[in-house]
Amino acid sequence: MIRFLWKGLIRDRSRSLFPMLIVVAGAFLTVLLYCWIGGVQNDMIWSSAAFQTGHVKIMTRAYAQQMDQLPNDLALMGVDTLMQTLQKDDPRMVWLPRIRFGGLLDIPDKNKETKSQAPVIGLGVRLLDPKSPEREILNLKSALVRGRLPHQAGEILMSEMLANQLKINLGQQATLISSTMFGSMTMANFTVVGMIRFGIAAMDRGAIIADIQDVQTALDMKNATSEIVGFFPDHIYKDEMALDEQAAFNAKYSKENNEFSPQMIALSQQNGLGEILDMSKTASTFMITIFVFVMSLVLWNTGLMGSIRRYGEMGVRLAMGEYKGHVYRSLLFESLMIGFVGAIAGTILGLAASYYLQIHGVNFGGLMKNSTLMISEVMRARVTTTSYFIGFLPGFFAPLLGTSISGIGIYKRQTSQLFKELEV
Amino acid sequence: MKFQYILIIVLWTSIGFARNPSGDEILRQVDAKMTARTKIIVSEMIVHGRRGSRTIKSKSWVQGVEKSFTEYLSPAREKGTKMLKLGKQLWMYSPQADRIIRIAGHMLRQSLMGSDLSYEDMMEDPHLNHIYAAKVIGQENVADRPCWILQLTATTSTAAYHTRKIWVDKQRLIILREYRFAKSGKLLKTTDVLTVAKMDGRWYPEKVVFKDQLRKGKGTEFIVESIKFNSSIPAYLFSKAALRK
Repeated sequence: MIRFLWKGLIRDRSRSLFPMLIVVAGAFLTVLLYCWIGGVQNDMIWSSAAFQTGHVKIMTRAYAQQMDQLPNDLALMGVDTLMQTLQKDDPRMVWLPRIRFGGLLDIPDKNKETKSQAPVIGLGVRLLDPKSPEREILNLKSALVRGRLPHQAGEILMSEMLANQLKINLGQQATLISSTMFGSMTMANFTVVGMIRFGIAAMDRGAIIADIQDVQTALDMKNATSEIVGFFPDHIYKDEMALDEQAAFNAKYSKENNEFSPQMIALSQQNGLGEILDMSKTASTFMITIFVFVMSLVLWNTGLMGSIRRYGEMGVRLAMGEYKGHVYRSLLFESLMIGFVGAIAGTILGLAASYYLQIHGVNFGGLMKNSTLMISEVMRARVTTTSYFIGFLPGFFAPLLGTSISGIGIYKRQTSQLFKELEV
Repeated sequence: MKFQYILIIVLWTSIGFARNPSGDEILRQVDAKMTARTKIIVSEMIVHGRRGSRTIKSKSWVQGVEKSFTEYLSPAREKGTKMLKLGKQLWMYSPQADRIIRIAGHMLRQSLMGSDLSYEDMMEDPHLNHIYAAKVIGQENVADRPCWILQLTATTSTAAYHTRKIWVDKQRLIILREYRFAKSGKLLKTTDVLTVAKMDGRWYPEKVVFKDQLRKGKGTEFIVESIKFNSSIPAYLFSKAALRK
């Protein structure tokens, strides 16, 4: 019977093609929308975590209150000991000290006079330590546009946009003018060895990245750091775990009466990210639920309409002596096949489009020129395990459900009505 | 008879002035006391930050109000750092970077060596009567010394502070206390002279505490260790070449 129905599906396009196309479109859109919303949300979290917030971040209580101003005079001190404590307390997490600083980058001419100058935001990270995962977390290899990554002390990476603005080339010297953690003006020379582009407007406008030891020397921050960021080993943010980590650390080490005691803050508690996350999570769940529900209704309706339109055919088949149960089962099989083929095709197409968007993304750079948020300009979809069945399930079951309800009409067929339909 | 009238008027005016000199007149006398043809000052600056104190020692050569050259002597990290002021321009030399950088624009508002003073404060014309109109608004004792209280209002838009309130020692004509305000009326900085000493034949503030009211630190003490007035200073010192020497 399956073979018979399959032939029917292929040969009688008017009966099967339209319902199947609806199923394909429904499953395709459901998969694509789910992957896109999940991907954008994930990009947002990861960009913020990698460049700014970590999954959790430790600062002094005083620094945390003014962290937007990068107050390195309030930085964490005794970092080596604190790092050892963190590794001991929670070895699962990846702990990394980072120094954020602001300043001016001054490019000298051949007479060591100022040729060009621009304000910069700097990030001191463990660049030279071969065991450090910073290169991977900051995705430096992919971000490198020209030159190479630093190999030795005194070398820095600079955003390409800034390099163009300052008209500086690889191998040239740049002087950082900034403040030490004690407030004195300081100058330090660096060699520019690489130009980077992260695709994050806030970083690409004027960022430099240097090894943390160089920055500690330049800013007189011996064994001190602005912050220690912590990441979950799989790089996936889990809010509940982060909040637990935060509560445990603060209960143990943070003292309310000591403004220089360390304080841990989870990603969702920083820069209003929690509200943004909650909002986007609620919005995406709502959108996906509505979408899946609407698509289910459409697909169900397709099944329903398909069966109702075929009452005449059912009448003839019953008149020819076919059992009602047989007709009903054949309709269900037909719907199953339409649902199966349509849902598979729609899911494959949806996954293909999502994979494409996961790799290439869509560039919203034009809309984010002045953005100060750590959000990637290129937004990407994200294919997860759920993507494989989020479109398939409604695509497969909704036509079946529609047919099973409308097919009940077969059992209500009366002989008089049957003859009437035959006359027509 | 005519001569007698003139004499009476002059005497009356003089007596009146001695009792209540105008704010501008007091300010002119204060400026005269504080400035000299040249000054060579060795000083210590103790910056009381939120995490402790540190002492910075320096030697400055000042010529009139336009030229000054400062070399930092300690601590080790600051040693060899030099600053040159020529008119309205300021350069800084860092021995670590071997670079001379002109400090301009918003950098002038930054803290000088982490203290409660800014580069802008350092660049200010020490002749207050050039940029402020003064008015006597009262009298009060500060550290048991009778003082005039003067309200200064900027006459030029380039002044770093729109208004100031100063307490001037009536006898020595030295400012013993000062409040500096923004145009909005917000108190930005305060200065308190703790001791005044006779140095090189002049009464001069010896120990002064500056406090930036927008910072949480405990202020900056500025202590004059020695000062020489009107000594000769070699001209080459006020050149950019001297910064690298």
